Amino acid sequence: MSEAIRIYVPVDAAALSVGAEAVAQAIAQEAQARGIAVDLIRNGSRGMLWLEPLIEVETTGGRIAYGAVAAKDVAGLFEAGFQSGGKHKLCLGPTQELGWLKRQQRLTFERVGVTDPLSLADYRKYGGLKGLEAALALSGQGIVDEIKASGLRGRGGAGFPTGIKWQTVHDAKSTQKYIVCNGDEGDSGTFADRMLFEGDPFLLIEGMAIAGIAVGASKGYLYIRSEYPHAIRTMQCAVLKARNAGMLGSAVLGSRHSFDMEVRVGAGAYICGEETSLLESIEGRRAIVRAKPPIPALQGLFGKPTVVNNVLSFAAVPWILDHGGKAYADYGMGRSRGTLPVQLGGNVRRGGLIELAFGISLREIIEEMGGGTLSGRPIRAVQVGGPLGAYLTAKQLDTVMDYEALAGIGAMLGHGGIVVFDDSVDMAKQARFAFEFCAKESCGKCTPCRIGATRGVEIVDRIIAGHERPKNLAVLRDLNRLMTDASLCAMGGLTPMPVMSALNHFSEDFDRPPPEALPQAAE
Amino acid sequence: MVHYPAWDQDEARSIVSSLAHLEGATLPILHALQEEFGYVDPQAVPLIAEALNLSRADVHGTISFYHDFRTAPPPRKIVKLCRAEACQAQGCETLVEDLAREHGIVVDSHHGNQDAVVETVYCLGNCALGPSALVEGELIGRVDADRIAALCGARQ
Ligand SMILES: Cc1cc2nc3c(=O)[nH]c(=O)nc-3n(C[C@H](O)[C@H](O)[C@H](O)COP(=O)(O)O)c2cc1C
Ligand code: SF4
Ligand code: FES
Repeated sequence: MSEAIRIYVPVDAAALSVGAEAVAQAIAQEAQARGIAVDLIRNGSRGMLWLEPLIEVETTGGRIAYGAVAAKDVAGLFEAGFQSGGKHKLCLGPTQELGWLKRQQRLTFERVGVTDPLSLADYRKYGGLKGLEAALALSGQGIVDEIKASGLRGRGGAGFPTGIKWQTVHDAKSTQKYIVCNGDEGDSGTFADRMLFEGDPFLLIEGMAIAGIAVGASKGYLYIRSEYPHAIRTMQCAVLKARNAGMLGSAVLGSRHSFDMEVRVGAGAYICGEETSLLESIEGRRAIVRAKPPIPALQGLFGKPTVVNNVLSFAAVPWILDHGGKAYADYGMGRSRGTLPVQLGGNVRRGGLIELAFGISLREIIEEMGGGTLSGRPIRAVQVGGPLGAYLTAKQLDTVMDYEALAGIGAMLGHGGIVVFDDSVDMAKQARFAFEFCAKESCGKCTPCRIGATRGVEIVDRIIAGHERPKNLAVLRDLNRLMTDASLCAMGGLTPMPVMSALNHFSEDFDRPPPEALPQAAE
Repeated sequence: MVHYPAWDQDEARSIVSSLAHLEGATLPILHALQEEFGYVDPQAVPLIAEALNLSRADVHGTISFYHDFRTAPPPRKIVKLCRAEACQAQGCETLVEDLAREHGIVVDSHHGNQDAVVETVYCLGNCALGPSALVEGELIGRVDADRIAALCGARQ
């Protein structure tokens, strides 16, 4: 008997959303029918989402990729001898050689798509736990110093230096401190946290454990949005396995450090991504934003000093500890150091996850890697940084991905999502949606956001309907100024960003002939 | 299709007490109740308040704040349709119009005794393969109106 053939079929939710489960079943059945021994491994996604389900076969010449595979293709693939890398119209060649992957600099996502996400043996084999081992040889301050040297800035949106946050919690005197991972990932157009949860869950656990050891926190919470059922299952399972293997618990990897963590599930509220609102939610209350100060680093969860970081911030930590802060800082430009996992979505031919050092232009990402729009029509607008991010024009795409460069054109990087729209988009409608979303998701604490967003919807409706346009446009600008200046948090404070960018860059959409008949209220 | 048992106060009480020891137990308890019964009956409020030493108003406030928690038994099937920006760029609003025009399904309408309800959600993390929907824990990419209508109609 020859050894079983290793075939990889992703278990990532995006791959499942286009039929990966049926493909896995078809492979198992077909292999059995042909008497071929197959070792079916359910990996994460490589991030080439337009090629999902993308399956791989391990051969003597490395892993060979096939995609996008449908269940009905499976018999033909066996017929063509794909189990030994045989030629087939869906064959993409060696995965390593695929230009889209080769061009990337995968540090955080180095294992995603490569390994079995829930195999600790795989995790170790591919370099896992080295960061934690390195951390255990350092003092808490030594760990914090490496993070500072790396130049890592929070990947959740605000871009605050992670090392400085950790220093504050490290220096705070308290018998109880907490590590909280913000896995709410509410920004539309983003899915990197999800892919990491599902594709390399131990990496996040390792990053949180290192944070706990660095600042002296023995307890962690990972808050995941309820819209991610697959991710929740994977993370819960990984936490159990990590605990059983001694990676979590009273003696982390046999050391004198204690760290354990729990997964908590959100309940469908965008505002829970705001860190103080998230803390309220974990504590069991309505997720109303807290006024700062006090900052969570000093009075966070249950009033205790708390590190709150995004998933990708924690996930960058093991690499930094393994290779040194300096090695991480060698990637990137200006004050944006390291790599950024970019998420390319919307109307784009080749969407997916692209991890690259800061400094690549939007045009390279969207046109070269993304291949332009899926519809084949011209790109008209690109929203960067989620629902509170600016809409850019096709002419602005030479801007590079860097916190300061985007801020310089009145935009923001946010969590690294890029959403492409073709020329069928109506930017007045997009502006209206920004207000509508804010009105629905506002926590309600402050008037400019709670009332302002609802007023914003009405004003944009009047403009679209052609009522007193100059007057309403002036009111709209005033309202945006008020929301920007007087909102307590970035929900109300940044909703003007998509609205004003739509108005300023696409003013023609606010000046179209009104629809013939005004929409009548239903019933 | 998920079939939920009718609300059972004793069962609810044992779920509450099994989780009450957690720090910040409210959300885990609400999720566990909803998982068991499909919704959180108002009768749960005093149970939770007592177990966690909270006021009933606090517990009620929490339940009402979050979009996820239902206070009445759910429809037989819930299709969560993403209508956020990346899915808008891929035509989800046209899909919503087609659903109403061609299939008589009005998104977010809970009127009548429909078996299935299509609800708006914002982002399912599948933004490169939209429009996206989540049906009974299963993510579906590249959906169109016909697929959604079929999902709504499918009886098991
Ligand atoms: C309305 C709103 C939504 C947010 N959503 C998220 C989110 O989903 N995930 C996240 O990590 N940060 C989110 N943030 C940012 C957090 O408040 C906070 O800055 C972040 O979690 C800190 O971690 P970092 O420094 O690692 O980025 C949001 C902020 C606001 C105002
Ligand atoms: S800006 Fe909006 S979301 Fe933020 S605190 Fe005020 S009301 Fe709440
Ligand atoms: S915007 Fe629809 S899945 Fe993300």
